[in-house]
Amino acid sequence: MIDNRFKIANKIFKSRLIVGTGKYKSFSECAKAIKTSGADIVTVAVRRVNISNKNKARLMDYIDPKKITYLPNTAGCFTAEDAIRTLRLAREIGGWKLVKLEVLGDKKNLFPEMIETLRSTELLTKEGFKVMVYCNDDPLMAKRLENAGAVAIMPLAAPIGSGLGIQNKVNIKIIRKQTKLPLIIDAGIGQASDASIAMELGCDGVLINTAIARAKNPIQMAEAMKLAVISGRKSFLSGRINPNLFGSASTTNKGII
Amino acid sequence: MNIKNKIKITVNGKQMQIIPKFTLKSLITKLKMPLNKIAIELNKKIIDKNRISKIQLKKNDKIEIVHFIGGG
Repeated sequence: MIDNRFKIANKIFKSRLIVGTGKYKSFSECAKAIKTSGADIVTVAVRRVNISNKNKARLMDYIDPKKITYLPNTAGCFTAEDAIRTLRLAREIGGWKLVKLEVLGDKKNLFPEMIETLRSTELLTKEGFKVMVYCNDDPLMAKRLENAGAVAIMPLAAPIGSGLGIQNKVNIKIIRKQTKLPLIIDAGIGQASDASIAMELGCDGVLINTAIARAKNPIQMAEAMKLAVISGRKSFLSGRINPNLFGSASTTNKGII
Repeated sequence: MNIKNKIKITVNGKQMQIIPKFTLKSLITKLKMPLNKIAIELNKKIIDKNRISKIQLKKNDKIEIVHFIGGG
């Protein structure tokens, strides 16, 4: 029997869909999309406060961190030192220990810099952080992250914000086979079917930002993603039929006239 | 206050002038920042928000005040 609870670092979450809070037209649209998506974890970024415009709206005024789990990220960090500095600050805002590590290596393709990512995972884990790690879809590196103390492995489906969908199903399946840690597809989802495929491959969850925020109708897309994740998970748990090259009639020939 | 007595500090990359013995707490109050939604760094060291009234700012101090924004 498969344990169907979605557990990260010993905490159980209701939704297997994690939603990013960037790129929305407004905070109210973002809040509405999150509510519709049913997500109970959202990613957030750490940035300087605008000191010249004190009355500017804040994310925390729209999305209550007491009702939804904030997952601080390290977006824009290119070294372990940057990432650690950012997450220490995030922790200081309100005690967050569950974090999303993303250390990038290239400004154009936004691929993760895996050597720095691995080093950061080790250092952050030693400091008591629970690190969910954005990574390449590389099974060997995924194993090393696990050994370094990661609490979730989050391989990309395709480059961040590309909407290309899962490019390497084989590697995702291999990572699934080798780890009991939560496996969450992070980055590259374009449409609802991509999210379903991720779940059908046996992933524990999906993290989506651009595909919802930049859809023509973000609120409706948030609902589509919610349903796709539920649907894909149920499909995975139901045990699919074996694929067959030839047809197999659904109707018996018995009693044919 | 004589301008000569003013102290130059940098807050979020912008230069500011303060009077001597100005505390970090006075700065946060002046900027109207909600303490429960920010984190503060003074010269790259994170500051315990409970201690800001005890910290007097000095010449060339670099302060970073951050909060959460939307991100993926």
